[in-house]
Amino acid sequence: MIELNKDNFEAEVLQAEGAVMVDFWGDKCEPCKALMPDVHKLAEKYDGQMKFCKLNTTENRRLAIGQKVLGLPTFIVYKNGEKVKEISGAENCTPETIENLIKENI
Amino acid sequence: MSKLYDVAIIGGGPAGLAAGLYASRAKMSAIIIERGKWGGQATTTEELENYPGAIEHPTGPKLMERMKNQAEAFGTEFLKDEIIGLDVSGEIKVLKLGKSEIQARTIIIATGAQPTLLGAPGELELRGKGVSYCATCDADFFTELEVVVVGGGDAAVEEAIYLTKFADKVTVVHRRNEFRAAKSIVEKALSNDKITVIWDTVVEEIYGDGIVEGVKLKNVKTGEASDFRTDGVFVFVGTKPISDLFKGIVNMDEKGYIIADEEMRTSIEGVFAAGDVRVKSLRQVITAAADGAIAAVNAEKYIEKNFH
Repeated sequence: MIELNKDNFEAEVLQAEGAVMVDFWGDKCEPCKALMPDVHKLAEKYDGQMKFCKLNTTENRRLAIGQKVLGLPTFIVYKNGEKVKEISGAENCTPETIENLIKENI
Repeated sequence: MSKLYDVAIIGGGPAGLAAGLYASRAKMSAIIIERGKWGGQATTTEELENYPGAIEHPTGPKLMERMKNQAEAFGTEFLKDEIIGLDVSGEIKVLKLGKSEIQARTIIIATGAQPTLLGAPGELELRGKGVSYCATCDADFFTELEVVVVGGGDAAVEEAIYLTKFADKVTVVHRRNEFRAAKSIVEKALSNDKITVIWDTVVEEIYGDGIVEGVKLKNVKTGEASDFRTDGVFVFVGTKPISDLFKGIVNMDEKGYIIADEEMRTSIEGVFAAGDVRVKSLRQVITAAADGAIAAVNAEKYIEKNFH
């Protein structure tokens, strides 16, 4: 998974062609950290069909707010730089719902 | 044939982890199955100053990690998976997972509870856009901003205090004219310069264009409506049990909390309930852990009586 920050977000997500999923997480977000191994597995499973990135919002707060993300965990799929679908909140973000998010957008 | 456990514990929060520790320490084979995050709801708080012995500010995640390590040290097994069904009709109980199943002599249900939604228009749409149920997860975003906390219990007041470390201003909106939270934390909150309270008031709507911009309030005594601009809304208006899987299997109250006796026995022999998921008066980490211990000890007694 590509680690995003303010220097590469534009190129990797907003200027990218095709589908990109971004995992917004944070240092203090335990649900996010609990999901991370599953997200890595999904990124391997669907490798080549979608680009997988993650953004540490603790280090990139303004960037996250710029994407209208003010809550964790949040997963957003972008297509050709446009947001097409997102899910947010610990109860809504499970390995199953994240996999569905991927399947619906590849 | 798959391994037969003495105790299968559903849920890896403080109740489940304590049950695992007690069961394993009593030399029973125990497995804890957790679908989400180890530590459960306790991992969503930084404020755990009422857990005895936790004077050096351990935080929820840290304390839960230690509880898990402690259970593991005594031999508790851990499985990250979701249970989709169970059969408790026989002497051996069966938990059905997606691709496999677990057999056990006893089951301890420790699935806990989750935050209740406010039920106000805009709440679902703006979740993750300023509406939050986890201060630890999301407080960072509101550095130097202003937030509203909805609720008046321990969680609301404690998290309001926590949020003052980040936000410039925290406004607590509570539908009554006093808090239900413990006196010491109420005093701490009321003396905090960054905290203001709006009493006798409910949030009728959360609004914003893609991101929270404000809330519509209504005073429940006068009926007066008002508009309040804010950047975030933290909702702590209570919890609801995670017990759908057990409906029609064990007895519950009308809200879905499982009814268990002093020994944590449910209406089904060999099935116990512990922690926030059961009917009880105080839902705290310490009472969950205590339930877990009691459930494990009674599971052991049940096994001695029925399997030896």
